[in-house]
Amino acid sequence: MTTPAGAGAVPDLASTSPSFGQSRVARFVRKLARDKPLGAAGGAVFLFFLLCGVFADVLAPYGVNETSLEHRLEPPSLEFPFGTDHIGRDVLSRVLKGGQLSMVVSFCAAGLATLVSLVIGVLSGYFGGRLDMVLQRFVDAWMTFPDLVLLIVVVSVVGPGMVQIIVIVGLLYGIAGSRIVRGAVISVREQTFAHAAQSIGAQPPHILWRHIVPNVMPVLIVLFTTRVGAVILVEAGLSFLGLGVPPPAPTWGGMLSGTGRTYMYLGPWLALAPGLCLTIVVYAINVFGDALRDLLDPRMRGSR
Amino acid sequence: MSDTLLRVEDLCVDFPTESRRGRRRSVRVLDHVSLEIERGETLALVGESGSGKSMTALSILQLIPEPGRATAGEVLLEGRDLLALRESEIRAVRGNRVAMIFQEPMSSLNPVLTIGRQVAEPIRLHRKASKAEARERAAELLEAVSIPDAARRLDDYPHQFSGGMRQRVMIAMALACEPDLIIADEPTTALDVTVQAQILALLKDLTSRLQSALLLITHDLGVVARYADRVSVMYAGRIVESASAGKLYGNPSHPYTRGLLQSVPRLDDSAQTRLVPIDGQPPDLANLPTGCAFSPRCPQVHDKCRLERPELDSVVAATDDGPHTRACWGPEQP
Repeated sequence: MTTPAGAGAVPDLASTSPSFGQSRVARFVRKLARDKPLGAAGGAVFLFFLLCGVFADVLAPYGVNETSLEHRLEPPSLEFPFGTDHIGRDVLSRVLKGGQLSMVVSFCAAGLATLVSLVIGVLSGYFGGRLDMVLQRFVDAWMTFPDLVLLIVVVSVVGPGMVQIIVIVGLLYGIAGSRIVRGAVISVREQTFAHAAQSIGAQPPHILWRHIVPNVMPVLIVLFTTRVGAVILVEAGLSFLGLGVPPPAPTWGGMLSGTGRTYMYLGPWLALAPGLCLTIVVYAINVFGDALRDLLDPRMRGSR
Repeated sequence: MSDTLLRVEDLCVDFPTESRRGRRRSVRVLDHVSLEIERGETLALVGESGSGKSMTALSILQLIPEPGRATAGEVLLEGRDLLALRESEIRAVRGNRVAMIFQEPMSSLNPVLTIGRQVAEPIRLHRKASKAEARERAAELLEAVSIPDAARRLDDYPHQFSGGMRQRVMIAMALACEPDLIIADEPTTALDVTVQAQILALLKDLTSRLQSALLLITHDLGVVARYADRVSVMYAGRIVESASAGKLYGNPSHPYTRGLLQSVPRLDDSAQTRLVPIDGQPPDLANLPTGCAFSPRCPQVHDKCRLERPELDSVVAATDDGPHTRACWGPEQP
């Protein structure tokens, strides 16, 4: 807190900018750009990929599974900016479409994970006692399973597909992440305003929703962004192993393991295009997430 | 005189501790505490840290932290036992008929909600008011606690307020539903001395305007002298002396009260007067002496004190400004 000590009865009008309600988001973005240029750049790059994913169908110059016998394994050119694969499909179109799929999977899975973390973390952290005990031993047990092995087992039982991946990865990361939310909730719960809310006669759901959850929001935002990057990687890993979204739907992991690996020497662009996209987007979201973490740290609160 | 608002009778609060070899043990943090507050009156509860002042306040609203339990006694608000109320019933009392002001103004406001919404919260919870009505009332309340430019500051966040201003906001929140009783738990401890006086004067002024009673918890005897009508002194979970403020200062009867008063500088003391501290440390509640809890530190201790615990009902003098009671075996005058 940098509230000037001894300000006393004098209202600190200086810090009351008249345009306060204007836009906290806009002020935050400006601060991000000024203090964390790398993070801001990461955010911008990620936003670019996100938009590419959203508008993939419009942006893709060719059909995803449109083959052409004349243009097989063509290197990048004006006609095919990222080249073509062994059956003449346009790599740019496939990378765009694969990016779309990565974005959908990662946002849904990270969203689900954050929601699961929030529910478990808040219940466990706020109510404590026996409920906390039971939930946390469950989380302990869950975390003893190795992620990848669990994924492979479940996918091989229920079969590969986008929904399965979203649900499994969402649960997997959600349950593990609940620890972080729980810790944050406990520290908020012990602050006086949480007790004060009780003392004015508020019910637990109201206290949770109005007082606890808004105060763990920074943690959730950071959790979400880091999970997005992790899910993209996991999805690519599963596709690479052949357990992801099944072909012919293009995925980055699938492109790497299929045509990318087989034709690496004949057409390096086949591996480079999805591989670079994957690397760049995960790097971008990670630096962005780190920057958010630094800026949203509760200890920095009020000092702005 | 007879217009009793709140009566705490023989309240005991226990905290279970580690059970050793199957034997459940517990620490008694409040031991037969009795209080009475009349409508419009200010009662000060004085004592060292850990003497049970805050615990008494929390017990009134069933807010005793886990795993503590009120194991005996009653808390009667206009004859209704608050300890016997179900969770939903006590919620209707909290913030509505009895409001609380906490010690730390810096952390007792939610940093992510605007001041307006927080002040409006009790009204929204208890009065079923619409958003617009509650907002309007919040503006009035901020006006009442002398926050300049109140209407415009409704949309500000707590970090834009200084400590004193935040405590004003807390007072506004406490007054929102015009409660019968306001409990202020060391409301000025975290504030500058100059601000302390303002806040207490404001609190006193507003409670008397609303005809609310005030339970003022403090360890500052100067505060007590100026603002309290009656005083109860607590030591090791018990009330050891209870009297009108004038009587307590003019004629302190319990050796602990005398010790407290002697350890505080007074304006009318000459520069040569030395402050006399009370010897020793407050006792461990888990391991209280058999007799009077104050006996190991008491300058006038005698044999009976070490064996038998004195009760509060030994009336020193029934005066026209209420009874003067104390729990001590010693002589009334030193």
